[in-house]
Amino acid sequence: MGASAIPPFETFYEAHKGEVLAFLRRRAGRDRADDLFQDTFLRALRAYERLEHGDHLRAWVLTIASNVATDGARRERPTAALTTEPAIEDALPSFEELAPLTDGLPAKERAAVVLRYGYDLDYETIGDALGSNEQAARQAASAGVRRLRKEKESR
Amino acid sequence: MTTVPAVLDERFRAAAAASGRLDVAFDVLEETPIGPLLVGVSDRGLCRVTFDPEPEQEVERLARLFGPRVLRSRTSVDRARRELDEYLSGRRRTFDLELDLRATPEFHRRVLAELARVGYGRTTTYGALAAQAGSPRAARAVGTVMNRNPVPIVLPCHRVVGSGGGLVGYGGGLGRKEWLLRLEGALL
Repeated sequence: MGASAIPPFETFYEAHKGEVLAFLRRRAGRDRADDLFQDTFLRALRAYERLEHGDHLRAWVLTIASNVATDGARRERPTAALTTEPAIEDALPSFEELAPLTDGLPAKERAAVVLRYGYDLDYETIGDALGSNEQAARQAASAGVRRLRKEKESR
Repeated sequence: MTTVPAVLDERFRAAAAASGRLDVAFDVLEETPIGPLLVGVSDRGLCRVTFDPEPEQEVERLARLFGPRVLRSRTSVDRARRELDEYLSGRRRTFDLELDLRATPEFHRRVLAELARVGYGRTTTYGALAAQAGSPRAARAVGTVMNRNPVPIVLPCHRVVGSGGGLVGYGGGLGRKEWLLRLEGALL
């Protein structure tokens, strides 16, 4: 099976705009979500010409949305580490931290682990992004984590 | 599914157009005297006018011809919309729009360049246009060029009629050809 063609941006935007806005509202609140929404799709547009295929665009745009939300949060409170929910923020490893750790995993498990623990997406979203379902995404993520633990122990 | 508020949607589309990163921006002019018209604009100029558009099909087509970054955006077609409105209400005789014909083959471009010289309210024939384009026996091929004209109305293929004076054919339907020629006073 070959990689799917890159759809027109209009089609891509129409297919994902509702979900991106919902994701940003959950993540950053209604007020900030509007600005982040525009930033997300402008970033996607900027990166669009470098896309090599049309696979996993949903995961791709949610990843951008997540990065935009994180960048926005950093900008808004650069020195306020103690003022708002530091525990939750600290508990989430960033993509940069996760990426090298998960390098050796099979593609689907790696995607599930990164999207779950790096981007804090729920399993339903991850399932859709991977073209499967909530159950399969949960299994892939936990299989990935088990594999990582095993690797760590055997080192 | 979350609905994106219209204001937010429009704002993004305008920002995307302003970013200069679109291959083609388009919009549908819903209420013209000759029905809905889809208008497409690239950074080089007007690249598409379609009668009775089916937007999804048109979006695919524009992406194939010009690149995948195709987006609907009201603001980016403002100038084309204004000139078309003026023309269709009889307040404009020539268009000042830049054209982007890069997706059109060379022979077609040559014929369309001759077509562009046929003035408001005048008509010519397929044969005459063929001769002017340097291929006197290519009247039939000129018919094909007219039929594939990417920017009808602005490049006035409605001004090309049969050698017997009959309207012959029109990509947007003969009713529209007749309407346009009447507007220009070429038909009584």
